[in-house]
Amino acid sequence: MSVLVFADSNNGKLLKSVAEVVSYGSKIAGKLGTNCIALTYGEVSRDELEELGNYGASKVLAAKNASSVTANLVVSAANDEGADVIIFSHDGTGKAIAPRVAAKLDAGIVTGVIDYPNTDSGFIVKRTVFSGKAFANVSITSEKKIISLMPNSVGAEATGGSAEVVEYTVDAGETGINVKEFKKKGSEGVLLTEADIVVSAGRGLKGPENWGIIEELAKEMGAATACSRPVADIGWRPHHEHVGQTGIAVRPNLYIAIGISGAIQHLAGVNQSKVMVVINTDSEAPFFKAADYGIVGDAFQVVPKLIEAYKKFKASQN
Amino acid sequence: MKLLVCISKAPDTTTKISFTDGDSKFNEVGVQFIVNPYDEWYALVRALELKEANGGTVTTITVGGGNNDPVIRKALAIGADDAVRVDAEPTDALFVAKQISAYAKEQGYDMILCGKETINYNGSQVGGMIAELLNLPYISLASKLDVNGNVATIERDVQGGLEVLEVSTPFVASCSKGMAEQRIPNMRGIMAARTKPLNVVSAIEAQKHTEVVSYTLPPAKSECTFVDAENVEELINLLHNEAKAI
Ligand SMILES: Cc1cc2nc3c(=O)[nH]c(=O)nc-3n(C[C@H](O)[C@H](O)[C@H](O)COP(=O)(O)OP(=O)(O)OC[C@H]3O[C@@H](n4cnc5c(N)ncnc54)[C@H](O)[C@@H]3O)c2cc1C
Ligand SMILES: Nc1ncnc2c1ncn2[C@@H]1O[C@H](COP(=O)(O)O)[C@@H](O)[C@H]1O
Repeated sequence: MSVLVFADSNNGKLLKSVAEVVSYGSKIAGKLGTNCIALTYGEVSRDELEELGNYGASKVLAAKNASSVTANLVVSAANDEGADVIIFSHDGTGKAIAPRVAAKLDAGIVTGVIDYPNTDSGFIVKRTVFSGKAFANVSITSEKKIISLMPNSVGAEATGGSAEVVEYTVDAGETGINVKEFKKKGSEGVLLTEADIVVSAGRGLKGPENWGIIEELAKEMGAATACSRPVADIGWRPHHEHVGQTGIAVRPNLYIAIGISGAIQHLAGVNQSKVMVVINTDSEAPFFKAADYGIVGDAFQVVPKLIEAYKKFKASQN
Repeated sequence: MKLLVCISKAPDTTTKISFTDGDSKFNEVGVQFIVNPYDEWYALVRALELKEANGGTVTTITVGGGNNDPVIRKALAIGADDAVRVDAEPTDALFVAKQISAYAKEQGYDMILCGKETINYNGSQVGGMIAELLNLPYISLASKLDVNGNVATIERDVQGGLEVLEVSTPFVASCSKGMAEQRIPNMRGIMAARTKPLNVVSAIEAQKHTEVVSYTLPPAKSECTFVDAENVEELINLLHNEAKAI
């Protein structure tokens, strides 16, 4: 028995989320009295692979000859290592591959898990449901168990261990997909789904020409920018910035909502943020009910002041 | 072109969520059900656009009991040609995927489209499972889909950006925002939907591997702390010292 963690990479660099999933997997392995094995693919530097030991992996399988991620790759590694628990990050790759792996192994899967499993009797994991409006505790009853962890749920813990790196040769098979091009998003800023801070604005900003203050605040804070759905629909902002129930779900440490009313569908995509700040002219805006901190005021006056105040704060920290 | 669209029902997005039976079941009393937005706005409408441009048929498939018929009729009103309902309570995603793939196996669909996720369970699982069970390519989180002959060009969201890819039919894709614009059914569509075929088929044997033990609601949010608009320094101070968010 073992716990297998899929450690994703892009262009030979492990993703930021990998430390967290490996750390998560190694704690589960500890609970079950077994080892945590990480699986990587493509060319990743030896230093990066060895670093996974620091997050609790005892072994790293480096599938260098695999150029893309397939269910075959993960299932072969799981079979070779006798893995009963297989862990992914609940992101693009996880969503593409984890369900395939579950179908191939005829195994139970729970996606979007936010905490460690309860293994006192059975194997029960907690996940969000109803777009963050509730949680479900789900029991996985099959022998093999597949979990995808919601990024930024438990954090990564460095333990100072070391991992044995083993080259893993496998016939990963084909995806049948021919990738033509990769277009980077948000090239000038921070990635929305990976950001610690998100500065988001809505229809209260009146028009696309007014987004300068939003971008400036985001830049000062090292934050990603986001927007409400109507703002993306009217074309004030690009679609990939739209957060909410029908857009991107984010869970940063800090979410700053400016000129957004706080409709239930918007909240559904942001209510997992650790701290929420709302700036709105209307003291009755529903968003204040969900907020931790609020300013009733005009964005065009408050945001420039906030930028100045933040600059001062940053200067005082150095 | 023969297209299959997976349609599920979901509680209206404004639904107040509560539970019954010792917090083990979603309380459906008074809940208005809609077609899951990703299935309707994106998967179904894009399938209809492809049919309008290239000819063919659009069939919807739903795994569920008779209480799904109103949302299935809505999909027919928007423009699907016919519908299939696999008559079984969906127990988990793999159960649903097994039903859909068992039905689709012999039908020769060029494309099977589903939504990015259901807004109640947010699993993002069914599409990938269907693809695996039918041994087809799977494109998750597609935001743009065009076809030329038997080759589709698709854009999808991946970490850090957007991937443009090509894939030959048949394949399975899950659809997200950007794919199409919402369509409101017109009177003619609603009338026609009443007589379009809705074929009920029986389910195949399949085991469930997961089960919800209990639901919980998030703890009540503490009151919002208001800061004066003239005193934004205080907000920075609170975010730093109290919330430890900066
Ligand atoms: C099925 C469905 C799914 C949906 N999915 C999403 C989703 O994923 N994401 C999403 O965001 N929405 C979604 N919506 C739309 C949602 O219901 C709201 O319409 C939308 O979130 C409102 O956007 P907004 O807050 O920017 O605009 P508004 O509701 O118009 O609010 C603007 C706010 O700005 C304030 N304001 C005005 N001037 C100023 C100023 N000078 N300074 C400060 N504040 C000011 C106003 O008081 C108001 O509160 C969905 C709707 C449906 C039906
Ligand atoms: N009971 C069902 N019947 C038909 N299609 C479904 C059903 N459940 C889910 N789907 C499809 O699978 C997609 C993803 O669902 P999920 O994996 O539950 O998030 C949905 O958007 C639907 O297109």
